[in-house]
Amino acid sequence: MARMIGLEALKLLSRRRTNEIVIMHESNRADWPVATTRPELDYLMAGAMGKASSFTLGLALGRPDAGFWVLDGDGALLMNLGSLVTIAAQRPANLLHIVYNNDTYDTTGGQPTPGSGNVNFEGLARDAGYASAFTFSDLETLDGALDEVLAAPRPAMLVLRIESNGRRPTAPGLRRSAEALTYLKEYLAQSVLD
Amino acid sequence: MVTETDTLKAESIIEQFRQCGFTHVVNLPDTESKFMYDAIAADSSIHLIPVCREGEAMAIAAGLFLTGKRPVVQIQNTGFFESGDSIRGICLEMKLPLVMIIGYRGYAGPNQEPRDSAARFLEPMLNTWDIPYYLVTSDANCHLISEANARAVNEGRTVAVLIGKEFE
Repeated sequence: MARMIGLEALKLLSRRRTNEIVIMHESNRADWPVATTRPELDYLMAGAMGKASSFTLGLALGRPDAGFWVLDGDGALLMNLGSLVTIAAQRPANLLHIVYNNDTYDTTGGQPTPGSGNVNFEGLARDAGYASAFTFSDLETLDGALDEVLAAPRPAMLVLRIESNGRRPTAPGLRRSAEALTYLKEYLAQSVLD
Repeated sequence: MVTETDTLKAESIIEQFRQCGFTHVVNLPDTESKFMYDAIAADSSIHLIPVCREGEAMAIAAGLFLTGKRPVVQIQNTGFFESGDSIRGICLEMKLPLVMIIGYRGYAGPNQEPRDSAARFLEPMLNTWDIPYYLVTSDANCHLISEANARAVNEGRTVAVLIGKEFE
């Protein structure tokens, strides 16, 4: 099965990012800080396994004028699959749910997830009620379709089928959660995001 | 015999929510709260966010808090146990000033043996996690919700309100 280098896929996303707030979770904390060009708008959701999608739903409902991307993992999403239904029911028009799908638990060393390789996250999102959902396995196709993906009705899911890299350290320079939390709250307190 | 002062009306709780300025109720209906659910759903000033599993609720509330909203979480004690990692990693680690309304399933009254383990372990668990709590059993003491909210805000911590009686 074809898979992308995760970091390269994230670089394609980063190039098209404008002022969306990006919520990292689990193993993508090693890659997104390398791809990002706006680290001041990035936040690492750590401390409650699988709950980044729910956390981002709260942000999206509280600030419908801002855009939010949640960088979820497939193992993390499997821990909180019900959140697909909860999110779809609230219909946040400003939430893009990205699944960094390597079919393993990279944070613990790369063990396969249950149903590894067989789970159709795009299908789960559609059937839960997401307004749109996409899956990509190669960089060229992703690059050609990203404008359409980013313009699609939301809540939207974007599944990135990527290679597993096993356990890696958190990217250097990433703000610790407590510090980042304070920063994010202050940022969101601004009346207009620009 | 049930007297007037023994009742706990859903409207009394909703009035407390209004006084606290709660904007969102993140909720999973439980056996104690059918009337409560209907009352919230009928009040357009408070947004209802139903969740599929209780552990989602604390994370959604955290996101809402960061945007300046005032959510309250409403679950049953069985859901409190299910939510362990969210309560630890979000409510306690983030020092979330959250009020958790928890249906006290199995509560049999003061100095009475709990009817089940969901009731037996609830207060010991709250004490272990150093989460303050208040017990509401009637309209007469539902003002404790406002007290709990003031404490959550002033002390920057999550506070629980245990609902020891079914709503009417």
